[in-house]
Amino acid sequence: MDWEVVIGLEVHAQLNTATKIFCGCSTAFGAEPNSHTCPVCLAMPGALPVLNAAAVDKAIALGLAIGAQLNRKSIFARKNYFYPDLPKGYQISQYELPVVGRGQLTVQMGDGIEKVIGVTRAHLEEDAGKSLHEAFVGQSGIDLNRAGTPLLEIVSEPDMRSSAEAVAYLKKLHALVRYLEICDGNMQEGSFRCDANVSLRRPGAPFGTRAEIKNLNSFRFLEKAIEYEILRQKDILESGGSIVQETRLYDANRDETRSMRSKEEANDYRYFPDPDLLPLVLDEARIEKVRQGLPELPDAKRERFMQQYQLSAYDAGVLTAGRDLADYYEVVADGVEGKLAANWVMGDLLGALNKAGVEIQDCPVPAEKLRLLVQRIEDKTISGKIAKDIFEEIFHQGGEVDAIIDSRGLRQITDVAAIAAMVDAIIAANPQQVAGFRAGKDKLLGFFVGQVMKASQGKANPDQVNALLLERLQKAD
Amino acid sequence: MDLHHFSLRQLREGLHNKNFSARELTETLLQRIHTLNPQLNAFITVAEATALASAAEADARLAKGESGPLLGLPMAHKDIFCTADLPTTCASKMLENFVAPYSATVVERLAAAGMVMLGKLNMDEFAMGSSNETSYFGPVHNPWNVDMVPGGSSGGSAAAVAAGLVPVATGTDTGGSIRQPAALCGITGIKPTYGRVSRFGMIAFASSLDQGGPMARSAEDCALLLDAMAAHDPRDSTSHPAAASDFLRGLDRPLQGLRVGVPEEFFGEGLDPEVAAAVQAGIDQLAKLGASVQSIRLPNNPHAVSTYYVLAPAEASSNLSRFDGVRYTHRSHAVENLDDLYRKSRYEGFGAEVRRRILVGAYVLSAGYYDAYYLKAQQVRSLIREDFRRAFAEVDVIVGPTTPGPAFGLGAKNADPVSMYLADIYTIAVNLAGIPALSMPCGFTRSGLPIGMQLMGDYFADDLLLNVAHRYQQETDWHLARPNLQTGEA
Ligand SMILES: [Zn+2]
Repeated sequence: MDWEVVIGLEVHAQLNTATKIFCGCSTAFGAEPNSHTCPVCLAMPGALPVLNAAAVDKAIALGLAIGAQLNRKSIFARKNYFYPDLPKGYQISQYELPVVGRGQLTVQMGDGIEKVIGVTRAHLEEDAGKSLHEAFVGQSGIDLNRAGTPLLEIVSEPDMRSSAEAVAYLKKLHALVRYLEICDGNMQEGSFRCDANVSLRRPGAPFGTRAEIKNLNSFRFLEKAIEYEILRQKDILESGGSIVQETRLYDANRDETRSMRSKEEANDYRYFPDPDLLPLVLDEARIEKVRQGLPELPDAKRERFMQQYQLSAYDAGVLTAGRDLADYYEVVADGVEGKLAANWVMGDLLGALNKAGVEIQDCPVPAEKLRLLVQRIEDKTISGKIAKDIFEEIFHQGGEVDAIIDSRGLRQITDVAAIAAMVDAIIAANPQQVAGFRAGKDKLLGFFVGQVMKASQGKANPDQVNALLLERLQKAD
Repeated sequence: MDLHHFSLRQLREGLHNKNFSARELTETLLQRIHTLNPQLNAFITVAEATALASAAEADARLAKGESGPLLGLPMAHKDIFCTADLPTTCASKMLENFVAPYSATVVERLAAAGMVMLGKLNMDEFAMGSSNETSYFGPVHNPWNVDMVPGGSSGGSAAAVAAGLVPVATGTDTGGSIRQPAALCGITGIKPTYGRVSRFGMIAFASSLDQGGPMARSAEDCALLLDAMAAHDPRDSTSHPAAASDFLRGLDRPLQGLRVGVPEEFFGEGLDPEVAAAVQAGIDQLAKLGASVQSIRLPNNPHAVSTYYVLAPAEASSNLSRFDGVRYTHRSHAVENLDDLYRKSRYEGFGAEVRRRILVGAYVLSAGYYDAYYLKAQQVRSLIREDFRRAFAEVDVIVGPTTPGPAFGLGAKNADPVSMYLADIYTIAVNLAGIPALSMPCGFTRSGLPIGMQLMGDYFADDLLLNVAHRYQQETDWHLARPNLQTGEA
């Protein structure tokens, strides 16, 4: 009998508010250590937290986007533990009553199958600072710039059954927070972090003991860590052992997970409601205001792309996976045929971006320029093949589409007399092949087309070349 | 001229009539502090230089014709309020060398009103205590008998006001810390409705119970100070939007028709007979002023002390976690690793009573005990609130003793923390409910120690309590009695 893997994810999305969640300090990344601090986020005696309304609105936006229950009253609680980068000695979080309750996310798996993943809850909390152990000999440095940065912790149900599903869910959530513009999604800087709970069981059996894997800061690491963890747990279970409930750290360099602490060593966080903050009460007007401001969400956009641009579900799915790509596509497709635009964006453009390791938002070819290139194919100024050469050039060296066409003389030849002259010349120069064609060797048409295109340096309109060749070759002398 | 016995109103008249300047007034009181503080230990920090500078500034403003009600008048802060550029210790070794980079809202407001702050007053360490004996800087002595405690935790404030070192002072009250020392030192103090006075910059003991308030020699002076202290503060999320009010306007309202409730639970076993008699006389006086008196029940009051000693330590254990040896606090030198840093710095920095309460608090919040202690205590807290809600449907003011007995001897209750906790048996329920309450002098024991009477009101009835106390003080002179202190002057 086989094993079934059970996966649940906890995602920490850093909300992109201008200021921290309980004080007015900037959340900008990369400033001089401890320069974005004040008595509140330094936990000076007597300093008190005041909730940032913008962070709450962003949590509401996520809740609406995943069809979640929004709790009209939620409670901030203190999670007590000592660590030098936690200046108050407790983290303000939400425990028993989170702002966002039960919701769900639908992911599209590769084979056209959709899967609904439950979201248990999402709650607001503050980030801790950073401990820097490398910079000082025998000492640790503490940077509290990040202390008090707003986080939304989004907890899934244990609904995923493979690393692929986990990655699909994480990608969908990542796209969603970027669509909603509530988080910049930067996984390297830690703005979007993920922990995975992984366990194995025999199908139909109760859940097995889980391990929590931390430090998964890319989609690939999530996949590899889960795959590693499945093998590790399988080995233990099949050799008669049992899984220890523990927290494990994923080490990308060695591609393995290793134990951080067991359940017995886990802190007793002594949660209790924070008496410095009143319960967070949401009224209908506030929720409605956030709802009015919501952008078009990925699923709705995908449907619309299929309708409006006549795209397949697959193409629409790829193009709407990220808001930046979708926006780019819509500019290209504005005025040209949808499928042709999709082929260019998904083929040449994404190929070139991938090869160069560049994100769509940093694409060197503005969408308007790619649209013009596609328009030049549609209006027969250039052939598709020439267009690919021009794209290579504008992607790597820049330049304007029309200027390149003109200066290089790349304009397609559509003049019947000119093409006829070339066709006649090729026919005259190849009497043997003409005879062969006329004797029934149809395949030789390709030879003639190639010769004419070569003679025109690729500029002759292929449809016209085809038609003229057939006309002349079939005409008996 | 006995400036040190003047009320705020008298001092203000003196300044405006140019009988004396703010500088002369300040110098006079600084001199008195210099003379008497060695006996009383009421001040932790005397801010001579900054006081003289603000006095000079006040004189300049007075010369320009400004006439704010508190301009140029002296005061001192309990050393729990953060003051930029002056030490704020909370009477703890933990903060012995701490200078806050900012001032509490209350400090800012009184400074903006032009008050001259003479220094920072002694208290129980982190406001945990009822006798002022837990201070790292030594106990405060009661001006009426220096062998006795002044009460706590605002013992320095009460002693300084009673001894005429300052006309008014700030205090804070978590379970009686304004009212109990006010009673034991024969002065008037009010714990306002929770949310009246900003807690920003006031070092937290138990956030859901802490409330700052004025301590003075009369209800009128309390009202003047509270007028400047109370305001909505956007920096404190628990500050009430309607915190500000005019506490002076209604002071003189007659008490005709006032409904006074006397809780049976406050006159049972453990109440000193002399205190009982003096408070009864005070109630009779209110009746003479036109109040109708009836007996009421506060059936859950007997549970107040045990409820408080679950909730207050729970909040304190978390509030005091920031004092961790990492940043601005005491840090142990004998440190090998991070655990050591926490353990030793906190063991050395906190006194025994503070450590005891942190341990109790951590215990009642820990997994497996939370429901039995913390949650249960919150439920009892609701019942106590409900008691008051029911009572205030029938009466306007609840009157009883502030404390079960008068000031006790220094060291008398140190061996038994529970007997010390019972000193707050009548004051704690008020904090659990969040309602306002005031203590004022209503007599003396045969041995010459002051007795306090407590008035409790419904939410935001602070002005009514001040009104009742003021009318009472118009008819009686207990609040005018002054302790006999050896100043060495003729
Ligand atoms: Zn800050």
